[in-house]
Amino acid sequence: MGQTMTEKILSRAAGRRVRPGEIAEVAVDLVMTNDITAPLSIREFKKTGLERVFDPSKVVFVPDHFVPAKDIKAAEQAKVMREFALEQGAVYFEVGRAGIEHVVLPENGLTLPGQVIIGADSHTCTYGAFNAFATGMGSTDIAAAMALGTTWVRVPPTIKLVYHGTLPEGIGGKDLILYTIGQIGVDGALYSVMEFTGPVIDALDMDSRIAMANMAIEAGAKTGIFACDDRTREWLARVADRPYEPVDSDPDAEYAKVIEFDVSNLKPLVALPHLPSNVYPADEVGDLPIDQVVIGSCTNGRISDLREVAKILKGRQVHPNVRCIIIPGSQEVAKQATKEGLADIFLEAGAVFSTSTCGPCLGGYMGILAKGERCVSTTNRNFRGRMGHREAEIILAGPQVAAASAVLGRVASPAALN
Amino acid sequence: MLIRGKVWKFGDDIDTDVIIPARYLVTIDPAELAKHVMEDIDPSFAGKVQPGDIIVAGKNFGCGSSREHAPMAIKGAGVAAVVAESYARIFFRNAINIGLPVIEAADAAREAENGDILEIDTDEGYVLNTRTGKSYPTARYDAYIQDIIDAGGLMEAVTRRVQARRGEQQVS
Ligand code: SF4
Repeated sequence: MGQTMTEKILSRAAGRRVRPGEIAEVAVDLVMTNDITAPLSIREFKKTGLERVFDPSKVVFVPDHFVPAKDIKAAEQAKVMREFALEQGAVYFEVGRAGIEHVVLPENGLTLPGQVIIGADSHTCTYGAFNAFATGMGSTDIAAAMALGTTWVRVPPTIKLVYHGTLPEGIGGKDLILYTIGQIGVDGALYSVMEFTGPVIDALDMDSRIAMANMAIEAGAKTGIFACDDRTREWLARVADRPYEPVDSDPDAEYAKVIEFDVSNLKPLVALPHLPSNVYPADEVGDLPIDQVVIGSCTNGRISDLREVAKILKGRQVHPNVRCIIIPGSQEVAKQATKEGLADIFLEAGAVFSTSTCGPCLGGYMGILAKGERCVSTTNRNFRGRMGHREAEIILAGPQVAAASAVLGRVASPAALN
Repeated sequence: MLIRGKVWKFGDDIDTDVIIPARYLVTIDPAELAKHVMEDIDPSFAGKVQPGDIIVAGKNFGCGSSREHAPMAIKGAGVAAVVAESYARIFFRNAINIGLPVIEAADAAREAENGDILEIDTDEGYVLNTRTGKSYPTARYDAYIQDIIDAGGLMEAVTRRVQARRGEQQVS
């Protein structure tokens, strides 16, 4: 019996052939924490009595959630992380040279095919776009990995998702993953790996794949994963200076489930409050006026997302009743957006274009919702209270729908602009 | 371990944003976090819950973020255990790692009501609802996970290993 790509990566990292369901201790290639989760990891790490992390070149710290610090407490948390990172000689991305962890790590060629990556952040699954086994854990698990260079995993079963057809113009990775979660539910892939395959996936650009892998957790999955193909290699050739060993699933690999979709007629989608599975076509939700639009996050804060937004905002104005907040995913994205003139388009349209941060995505700062307000957001979670008041509403969408909604002042797809 | 406590019942897909909203993630003090536990689903919960009580919930409990602050807030509030139909995996790990008992028992969770008294025996492997008298068997943890629980949490288990390694190095 063959193996899935996930089973191959974990077998390699465990030094023996592993099977779904069993617990394996695996070597980790990269361990990451952020300003919220690092302080706890550091405190727990120190309990071991060890002075050094297992390998500082494999331990990464990214301040991104509440930075530039939103208040004194957040500043103190970031300081704990910064001091520890510098003292350890670990990989550290300072404000102004960084951005959101899941944008920054791939940009710096740190997430490679065949690797095992764990992070104290649930969207660590993003790196599955690069054919890595990448999964989120809590701070204590990360502390243990910083000490030992290993972690334990229950080898997950794999669900194979096959996407047939041709994607209509203007439909991207965000629509594909919202559609998928709408179909299988927020616990549709609980404990499993979502392996994304099929002709539609083969033709999909990396940023769209990243957006899909990013939201695997929103279907309850342990992670999502893609094969490594020419697009992956091309992408990595620009940023990675180390060799890597991709894995592919065997033709006779065993899957827990195979789910096939035909996405030729897919429409721009939104997820209404308060679950990412509450999915409808953007143009079929009726008249839903909005107060705010947020464009950014580790899901849709990349340069290709901002280009799509700029296409729509160019020569148009953000609706008078709407605050439109555009947050580049990283300093690199911000630089590129400025260079290409996208930043000008956003500012001319009456949007805010800010420094890179998670900010409003988790209700941190820079766009918190008041009671009763409604927001269209390109982020990944619309849980109650996620962006502010518990009686505010978050509607998830891709960048095009978010931009069109900003112009029209209500939930709408770009088609409604004409 | 024997746990006996009063039930606070919640629904499916209780996410980490309602267990402990991000606006409070500027501390790692369990007592501070406990003041806001479950605030965005039941603002009065933190004031009502008593040490030794049990949270009972539906499917996919703890979905969402990896924030360990979620089980910390629950434990900090004195909650003795969580019984749910199923858990999001990061939450489950986090709870085990910090020593919050999490029991997967679908029927027991479904059939329990607010105010019921549950008796949980993790050694014998059952949950008993004292109102109905019905007992539900629960599966044992894997040996690997049981070792973490027996050590008193993940870092205690890791520290033992680190010390054992040091011992070996000194001998050799
Ligand atoms: S952008 Fe949002 S989802 Fe992504 S890491 Fe930041 S807070 Fe988490």
